[in-house]
Amino acid sequence: MEYKVNELKAIKEFLYKIADDQLIIGHRNSEWTGLGPMVEEDIAFSSIAQDKIGQSQHIYEILHSMGEAEPDTIAFTRNASDFKSSHITEYPIGEYDFSLMRNFLFNHAERIRFDMLAGSTLEPLAQLAKKYRGEVKYHVMHAGTWIKQLGLANEESHARMQTALNETFNLALGIFEESEFAETLIELGIFEGEKVLQDKWIEEISPVIKSATLVIPDKSTWQPAYGGRKGYHTEYLQPMLDEMGEVFRLDPEAEW
Amino acid sequence: MSILVKITKEDILRALEEVKDPEIPTISVVDLGIVTDVMVSDDNFVSVKLTPTFSGCPALKYMETLVKEQIEKLDVTGVEVTTTFEVPWNTDMITPKGIEALKKHGLAPPEKHSGLVQIDFLEKVKCPHCGSRNTTLKSPFGPTLCRSLHYCNECLNAFEQFKPVT
Repeated sequence: MEYKVNELKAIKEFLYKIADDQLIIGHRNSEWTGLGPMVEEDIAFSSIAQDKIGQSQHIYEILHSMGEAEPDTIAFTRNASDFKSSHITEYPIGEYDFSLMRNFLFNHAERIRFDMLAGSTLEPLAQLAKKYRGEVKYHVMHAGTWIKQLGLANEESHARMQTALNETFNLALGIFEESEFAETLIELGIFEGEKVLQDKWIEEISPVIKSATLVIPDKSTWQPAYGGRKGYHTEYLQPMLDEMGEVFRLDPEAEW
Repeated sequence: MSILVKITKEDILRALEEVKDPEIPTISVVDLGIVTDVMVSDDNFVSVKLTPTFSGCPALKYMETLVKEQIEKLDVTGVEVTTTFEVPWNTDMITPKGIEALKKHGLAPPEKHSGLVQIDFLEKVKCPHCGSRNTTLKSPFGPTLCRSLHYCNECLNAFEQFKPVT
């Protein structure tokens, strides 16, 4: 399908934001490798990282087919202001409860997004979405199991999970920052928009949070952490990118 | 002057029976169900399409190379191997022979899911050692992306499952 210039711009921005989210949170997940509270969690976070980074790569490949740079160049040589990722993905791993809650909120949004995109008119993306939603289902399952267990286990674990939810919730709302090109994507039948996604997300996470006896912060306190989709980031992203791309930039021409 | 002997799709598939999954050496790429298309032109140029099991699978590029090298052993004029998501892989695509190969590797095979995977698919997996279903899911993630970790309450052994994927 042939797209007009502004349509192509809308599509590229959309693909960048999905893939950047996956790459950044994938990298953060990988920081648990060797540090997990027990070996199964070490493996789980590492596997989730591997999935997400692999998924981002195939989306960067679509971008490459549309004239953007090679996936590795895209991933390892851009600066923070070129990234369209949401703030929730870039925060340091913190304590285990923070990382777990972040994954819980993010993974649900991601799974629903891919469900929606499985019917997208952008065929290469729809193909990936059909594949990814099955993989992300396991990420959702992992986080959900722990949220319930820790929410119900004892006073300390419950208090920690509630604190983590309070800390991550506004960050999670930042995932749904609408694009200036939203209408174009809707008209093209590519994506129904962040508002639809956010509503579905609230509907899906609410019963799980409730069953863990946790409480979603009151709507009057919601302050979505917007800015990431426009290239405005927290102080945490650039140092992470510097570290992530350090080896690649030593010799960008190297054959791996 | 050599006479061209026409290579068939079956010849290619038979050859690919010898290419094993580097992470599970008892199963071939054919039985794993990742070979989604084989075409042979009139002058024996072979095009093969593979579909990834998991999108983050590190063995992907390596398997492309193995497939290419194996086909080059035949009397072909050229080989092109591409990985594509056109046909998304799922565990129902593993052949019956492939299921046996997984068992041989000590893995519990994935159950047929017909498009629907629920958490109880992972909860009561049949133990590959004693056959009991009195088992517990320890983690949906194992030593490779395609495996989950389980424990058998009957024979008290830990085991891995090749987990069902839709």
